Amino acid sequence: MDEEGGKGGGQPPLSAAKWYELFSRGARDWLRHDEKVREAVRANLPEIIAGGEVINDGARTVRVPVRMLEHYHFRLRRPEEQQGAGQGKAKPGDVFSDPAQSQGPGEKGAGGRDEGEVQLLLEFKVDDIVDWLWEEMKLPNLKARVGPSDETDWTREGWDRRGARSRLDRRRSFKELVKRRGAPGATQTFTDEDLRFRQLARRRQPAIHAVVFFMLDVSGSMSDRDRKLAKTFFFWVVQGLRRQYRSLETVFVAHTTEAWEFNEPEFFQVSGTGGTVASTGLLKVREIIDARYNPGRCNLYLFYASDGDNSVSDTAEARAALASVAADACFTGYVEVSSGLSRQLATETGKLFAELSGAGCAAGSYALNDFDDVWGAVRHFFSAETQTPAAAT
Amino acid sequence: MSSDWRDYIGRIEELANRSGLAFHAVDFEAVPDSFMMEIAVYGLPVRMPHWSFGVRYIYQLIQRRMGHSRLFEVVFPGNPGHAYLAASNGLAENILVTAHVLGHADFSRNNLLFRRCQEQVSEHIVEHAANHARAIQQVIETQGAQRVETVLDAALALEQHIDIDQSLRRERYAEYLEEPKVLADDGFRKRFAALDPVAAGAVETKKRAPLPPHPERDLLWFVANYAPEMESWERDIFLAVREESFYFYPVFATQIMNEGWASYWHARLLREADFIPQQSYVDAIKCHSDVVRPIAADAQVALSVNPYHLGFSMWEKIVERDGLEAARHIMEQDDDFAFVRNHLTRELADELGLFRFSARSDGQIKVLEPELTSLHEALLATKYNFGAPVVAAQHVRTDGTLELVHDSASDGRGLDLERSRKVLDYLQRVWRRPIVLTTVNQAGSTLELTAP
Repeated sequence: MDEEGGKGGGQPPLSAAKWYELFSRGARDWLRHDEKVREAVRANLPEIIAGGEVINDGARTVRVPVRMLEHYHFRLRRPEEQQGAGQGKAKPGDVFSDPAQSQGPGEKGAGGRDEGEVQLLLEFKVDDIVDWLWEEMKLPNLKARVGPSDETDWTREGWDRRGARSRLDRRRSFKELVKRRGAPGATQTFTDEDLRFRQLARRRQPAIHAVVFFMLDVSGSMSDRDRKLAKTFFFWVVQGLRRQYRSLETVFVAHTTEAWEFNEPEFFQVSGTGGTVASTGLLKVREIIDARYNPGRCNLYLFYASDGDNSVSDTAEARAALASVAADACFTGYVEVSSGLSRQLATETGKLFAELSGAGCAAGSYALNDFDDVWGAVRHFFSAETQTPAAAT
Repeated sequence: MSSDWRDYIGRIEELANRSGLAFHAVDFEAVPDSFMMEIAVYGLPVRMPHWSFGVRYIYQLIQRRMGHSRLFEVVFPGNPGHAYLAASNGLAENILVTAHVLGHADFSRNNLLFRRCQEQVSEHIVEHAANHARAIQQVIETQGAQRVETVLDAALALEQHIDIDQSLRRERYAEYLEEPKVLADDGFRKRFAALDPVAAGAVETKKRAPLPPHPERDLLWFVANYAPEMESWERDIFLAVREESFYFYPVFATQIMNEGWASYWHARLLREADFIPQQSYVDAIKCHSDVVRPIAADAQVALSVNPYHLGFSMWEKIVERDGLEAARHIMEQDDDFAFVRNHLTRELADELGLFRFSARSDGQIKVLEPELTSLHEALLATKYNFGAPVVAAQHVRTDGTLELVHDSASDGRGLDLERSRKVLDYLQRVWRRPIVLTTVNQAGSTLELTAP
């Protein structure tokens, strides 16, 4: 390796560039590490979408902080007290604190021992993540109640020898001519045999004309974390639905004791104070439906996220408003966000939705307690056919 | 400029020879910083690919970016030795480094531990490692990167688990237990045999030896030889990693002595080299004092001990007290354990301001009584058993299950369970049968980890 052939040959500057300057093994192995991290991230999508940091006002990428991978060796358990040797002006009994160096002595030998210190920020395209997610997920299980669930569309597909003049593919036809002329004794001019016409094929496409209402409780009892949980859930649902349905409309409503409609970017930023009166939000949804959509002509879906602490005095009104909306909706979903508490839907609002599905309406509920549950919630509403009651018409 | 320091190599070598150093020839080569960094990461100029080196590489890049570590040279023992010098070194630095390298070359040729390992690994480790890397590259082409990586995950995770007291090329265990000694053929035996010929004859049957016959610490060797279903290319990878570990062991186990010895000699040769221009001499001395500085310039105390400084100070003391002849004797025969325990005296420890501390997990550090033997052990604690817990293969069950045992009594506490499980996962993919590892938990009671 150290012999350099032909040194006397008066070689150009190339001879100065040694083999080790041509590539970096460190960088090669680093790339492999990077690849492994990406594989790991992909295998743990639920944890990424759990990361509340994901929603990044309209950004098309997501930054995921990841730890460097550790190549594991047998190690002793870290003791409560670690002994070491040091040097300097110190007397027995001296006490000082040095969190920066509390890692322990003598660990600089083999690099990469002080795990967890370096974090990488990997950037992923939201589109990619959504692809991976819904790939695993099949179609969102939104069943149409009205209108055709499929729509046909014409796309170009293949060639044929017969067809309308306007679809003649000149380039393709000429190629056929050239091919045929190669054979001995062939005529030199175009024949009908050479002509190729573009063909069309029908393509079926899910085309539910659908409106999805996202309703969020932003009252004071919803902590920042609760809101973030709900928004993370909504974010991924919106991304996924958009992917599948071209003619999908979304409406965003937030409520406290009052209700407002928002556009998408504002909705993901909104926060409020005050009590919880679910009926205001539901009435707002009702109002929007009446003003803009004809339930007989399009499919309505409602997803509601709240901590469930609806004002007790509102129960009757909320029940009525919910029933009215649910009567027109293909599906109503309720996500109960209560970080830390695991109340399993035993709340005012939870009971309302339980009554609703008990009464045979298409409704479902899910308790969202932690960021780890976001994926479960998405899966609950959209994956298995059995989860959501088949559109009860 | 860079050709300048080469002019001094010959004269420094001559001076070293006159001072009693005995070393194999050394090839000096100036290489770019990026390559220096890779040598530091891989431990060898050309080594097998593995993603864990990529992680170390990034840590090195970060450290260098922060200006923490600067590498002047790396030297590989052998005949001839290979010394790589950073191309960014100045003239004075290179003069110093040349002398330093000769100190290492003297050490690695004469220290017994180095000599023994080199006799086994050969004096051409740099070339061997490059051959391993090439062979592994070829296997990657036939077997695919994924499968090779799986094997390297396991082999490199066990890289410290070798038995340096055994030979690099070991024989497999005897398959049968030794025959019982033939009993004296006296009158009593004759009469006894006549009583029941069957019972007397039964003594003769051979007994299969248990596997392993004794707890086996050389896990790399054991797995390569006794894994139930390993393929030959997988064994080769295990043995390649093991050979490199045999090379690394003396470097690891004599660090204080070796760096101290090289620092002692670069300082001494520099003092005696009257042919060096005045300015370069001053610069080189400055550089020397940076290298052997015990504590960062702006700090009062350091919570680690700079091996260069410790070794350098100890060698100075020994040469001053007992003379060069005695020092060479120690250099030949000791490793860090013997060196520190025998030659780090109370007076020197006080003079250097060495102390012992205990660090709590909340970051509070308390300086302890400076009891000398405890101080020795605190200095050496990270070096026992190649810096790894003592884990041995205990038994292979008839269904192929491998039993590993952690010697928690000698290590003083149990294993880190999460990491150990991961290591078992790596190993299980190569062993291809269940693995059971016994250690102790926090409370000290026995605990079994299993894979899968």
